[in-house]
Amino acid sequence: MWQFFHKLGSPRWFYGIANRFMPWLLVMGLVLTLAGIVWGLAFAPQDYLQGNSYRIIFIHVPSAFLAQSIYVMMASAALVTLVWHMKLADVFVKAVAPVGAVLTFLALFTGSVWGKPTWGTWWIWDARLTSMLILLFLYFGVIALGSAISDAKSSARAVAVLVLVGVVNIPIIKYSVEWWNTLHQPATFKLTEKPTMPAEMWVPLLLVVLGLYLLFGWLAFYRMQTEILDRERRTQWVKALNKPQGAA
Amino acid sequence: MNVKVRPAITLAERTVSVPSAMIAVLRRDLQVSFRQSQDIFNPLLFFVMVVALFPLGVSPEVEFLRQAGSGILWVAALLATLLALDHLYRHDFDDGTLEQMMLQPQPLFLLVLAKTLAHWLVTGLPLVLLAPVLGVMVHLDGNSIGILCLTLLIGTPVLSLIGSIGAALTLGVRAGGILLSLLVIPLYIPVLIFGTGTVMAAAEGAPVGAYLALMGAFLALALTLAPFASAAALKISLSSS
Repeated sequence: MWQFFHKLGSPRWFYGIANRFMPWLLVMGLVLTLAGIVWGLAFAPQDYLQGNSYRIIFIHVPSAFLAQSIYVMMASAALVTLVWHMKLADVFVKAVAPVGAVLTFLALFTGSVWGKPTWGTWWIWDARLTSMLILLFLYFGVIALGSAISDAKSSARAVAVLVLVGVVNIPIIKYSVEWWNTLHQPATFKLTEKPTMPAEMWVPLLLVVLGLYLLFGWLAFYRMQTEILDRERRTQWVKALNKPQGAA
Repeated sequence: MNVKVRPAITLAERTVSVPSAMIAVLRRDLQVSFRQSQDIFNPLLFFVMVVALFPLGVSPEVEFLRQAGSGILWVAALLATLLALDHLYRHDFDDGTLEQMMLQPQPLFLLVLAKTLAHWLVTGLPLVLLAPVLGVMVHLDGNSIGILCLTLLIGTPVLSLIGSIGAALTLGVRAGGILLSLLVIPLYIPVLIFGTGTVMAAAEGAPVGAYLALMGAFLALALTLAPFASAAALKISLSSS
């Protein structure tokens, strides 16, 4: 266990491990996502109230889901950065923050495309839309701070403090905004309750959620590898990677 | 050879007690601010000017101003606080005072708390005191003005405390001011919502006790957590420069 923990601190070890996992993550993620999306968009039954326009939830819900959980993952990694000074944790935070921002934007965008036929307006100052918008601001803040500080080590730790301050604030923001104004329906999936929609609708949705998690895992590994190569470009093992086979 | 060895000074002899160190920091910061009185007046002028923009830019009608007044004042106060935040650590960072402060045996977060308190006294409190005048100018009634000042009195320290984290994080950054705003504004939103919510509720005759209690809870949370985060951020910023 402890050896595994120490290895996690080694970018070189992680680079090799990521190479082994990435093809699986990519293939399974693509298969699940595509299956879920094709099923959801083409074969799932129509909604009796919203007709076909509800089908955007097969993209909207998974991206909103992932956008929020990426921030929580970042916060856990930020805690690891501050407590154990583990290099990989801050590589993770730096690598996934833009992914989280893009998914938050996607959730907002698909939500507004869906809102036009359903609510009759592109944007409404509703609680959950607003809190997603604030989440997007938080992501932008993390990215901006990370790129503003040039020293890699202190940049990582400053970002970690910011992410943790943000995660303390997220519940407060969420509840205060909810109190302020609510129009959005409650969350589609709750871990503790049986879904209220028929299985032909929620199974493909679940497939897309799982598939998107795997694809996110692939992308996170890929971006972490890139970041590691950049940070360790002066080390022997990275130089060895760059040499063509046999030329050594 | 008879070398005279000075008796070693023990740590207990050298250190100042924690409360008196905090008071010393507070007094020093207040003194520095009063000597550079522009730092006090500029945010206040900014506050007044931003409030004046709304009747000019949107509508000078009494009805509109009465309805939007509390929000306008709160937003303007928030922006003024934001503008002043960059001064919280900047001068002390530039001349090395902060480094000396970090070397003190007293816990840094308490000194940070004293600094933030001093900063609030010269930037937050004047906003609260000026708010009634502006409240009259946007046609708020007397009761609303009272509640507005109360929410500002509870809310602006929260703004200063949260802002101190952002100010500490952006110390080593070129053009940190705009970045500071980007980091801090999302965190200010709950305070803004409840600050204006209280005044709105009071205007409709609803009880405001629960709102004020929640704002008090924000203040308690910020008082207990923000100095730690701010001190941690300061250590990071200073270690890199």
